[in-house]
Amino acid sequence: MSFLDLSGLRKSYGANAVVKSFDLTVEKGEFVSLLGPSGCGKTTVLRMVAGFETPSAGTVRIDGQEVTGLKPNQRNIGMVFQAYALFPNLTVAQNVAFGLKIKGMPAGETRDRVADMLRLIGLPEMGSRYPFQLSGGQQQRVALARALAPQPRVLLLDEPLSALDAKIRVSLRAELREIQQKLGITTIFVTHDQEEALSISDRVVVMNAGLAEQVGTPFQVYNQPRTRFVASFVGTLNTVEAQVLDAGAGRLAIHGAAVQMAVPPGTRGKVQLALRPEAVHLGYGVDGDVVLPATITAVEFMGSVIRVRAACADRIMALDTFNRPDTPPPVVGAAVSLSFKPRDLILLEG
Amino acid sequence: MRRFWSWSIVGLGVVYFFLPLVGMLEFSLKMRRGAYSLDAYASVLADARFRATFGYSAVMAALTIVLGVLIVVPTVFWVRLKLPKLRPVIEFITLLPLVIPPIVIVFGYIRLFNTSSWLPLTGSTLGSDILLMIGYSVLSLPYMYRAVDTGLAAIDVRTLTEAAQSLGAGWATVLARVILPNVLVAVLSGAFLTFAIVIGEYVFAALLDRPAFGPYLVWAGGNKAYEPAALAVMTFALTWACMALIQLATRFSRHTRMQPK
Ligand SMILES: Nc1ncnc2c1ncn2[C@@H]1O[C@H](COP(=O)(O)OP(=O)(O)O)[C@@H](O)[C@H]1O
Ligand SMILES: [Mg+2]
Repeated sequence: MSFLDLSGLRKSYGANAVVKSFDLTVEKGEFVSLLGPSGCGKTTVLRMVAGFETPSAGTVRIDGQEVTGLKPNQRNIGMVFQAYALFPNLTVAQNVAFGLKIKGMPAGETRDRVADMLRLIGLPEMGSRYPFQLSGGQQQRVALARALAPQPRVLLLDEPLSALDAKIRVSLRAELREIQQKLGITTIFVTHDQEEALSISDRVVVMNAGLAEQVGTPFQVYNQPRTRFVASFVGTLNTVEAQVLDAGAGRLAIHGAAVQMAVPPGTRGKVQLALRPEAVHLGYGVDGDVVLPATITAVEFMGSVIRVRAACADRIMALDTFNRPDTPPPVVGAAVSLSFKPRDLILLEG
Repeated sequence: MRRFWSWSIVGLGVVYFFLPLVGMLEFSLKMRRGAYSLDAYASVLADARFRATFGYSAVMAALTIVLGVLIVVPTVFWVRLKLPKLRPVIEFITLLPLVIPPIVIVFGYIRLFNTSSWLPLTGSTLGSDILLMIGYSVLSLPYMYRAVDTGLAAIDVRTLTEAAQSLGAGWATVLARVILPNVLVAVLSGAFLTFAIVIGEYVFAALLDRPAFGPYLVWAGGNKAYEPAALAVMTFALTWACMALIQLATRFSRHTRMQPK
């Protein structure tokens, strides 16, 4: 039995189902991200776990206890919002103590816990400040401390970093992960930023239009996307079309070039294949590689990586090459060959 | 030349507005023959009826404010949180007291709550006082509602409420510990406006036959010479003091509201 268990969660507003049959199990201490484009239902799932929305169907179980019918203030869940939701009339210390006071914790114990929490978020001296005297990153850290202080069973984070500057966002997400691991708290993190989700999660749920399209480790969803949506939303993606010549023998053709790869038996006609930019190389590669002729259309020098776009038949392929001080990048308009290994091709379901 | 004209118009306005006040102030100081004095003020303050009626109205104002806050804050909060579609309707309702003359409202009250009705409030002193307080909170509703609504607009009601709930707070705690402290300034400005309205109100108090300050003002106006002017100056000063307090409260609290972008 997993620690947090969402089963068959549904939420409709009138005729509009924004979450359609959502299942997820989370182990104790696990950090799971819900990743998907804006409007796909991430926040709605989170709010059903927190109790702010009543599911149209389905159940939420925490630690074996069904909480679907419980009010938000009976669930013992910590939540951090995108908008810094600190109480503006209370100091940092009073904000962190808010949940403890409601629990009826004695004053002395509360003081110690608040001090511990402020130390945990690296703001031990800020207890007497007011929220308006803090930067956005500091406010969000205080919001995290406030949510964690009453020792909730589950921590829910709804795009907590989205309102912050890019630099702070990156440093704070690492800090967040560190704190989460230190406390071993079961966490669901909502984001539309794939890099964010991949970098700090144990597992990622890629959502699209109210459904979980794929659940897996960051490595799995990036390298083995099950659907075209997952492949394109998680990272940049090249898609190529292939003609199945003989499904049983695994013989396909991409723009006339023969490719050997396993496809489900009985597949016929055209299939969609995906290819990561880092799997495509300039030049002929080695024996067994698929080689396609192409024309360079754009070159982006990004420092250690150079991203090249090349027109290959009717499609544009993106590929990443590492910068080498002794080799200048290709020029736009040059005729080149692109090569990749058949095993890097990903067969997409839809 | 344009500046000259605009300043002239401003000047004209100031004269139009302040000249009667200055005249009244001057007159109120002339009770003693041949010299300016505060005799009229002393006479007013020495009048037992002044003290009784003013005290009565001040207490009524305080009770009205409490009732108004108890009605308006939870209502505005709930409408903003759960029934945003009802907002125009509620706003319209709160504007009605400005449109319906107080005399109509009070006659309605008397018809509904007279001694032969199902709830004979006008039959006892306490009943009439309660009716008067309710009437006053209706009169001050447009001001109280707007003040509190503006106050709540300045904070993210929904997120703060949910943050408090996820920390274990029930509705009462949310209202008392999160919402009220953050709209206190708005409530205060609504309270001062209510105070100013109740202190000068005449129609309700006269028709319900309560010993309030408004009817006393009218009575004094008809029976004395210099004292009414002094009273008018004093009520003006009181109203302005209320307005100054609103300004002060707003300024005092502004720093807790600012959120860095
Ligand atoms: N109270 C509501 N009434 C009607 N539609 C809503 C309501 N809340 C959310 N939605 C709709 O549900 C969809 C999913 O919203 P949300 O869960 O916030 O998406 P996300 O967090 O992934 O951006 C959106 O299309 C949104 O318009
Ligand atoms: Mg969202």
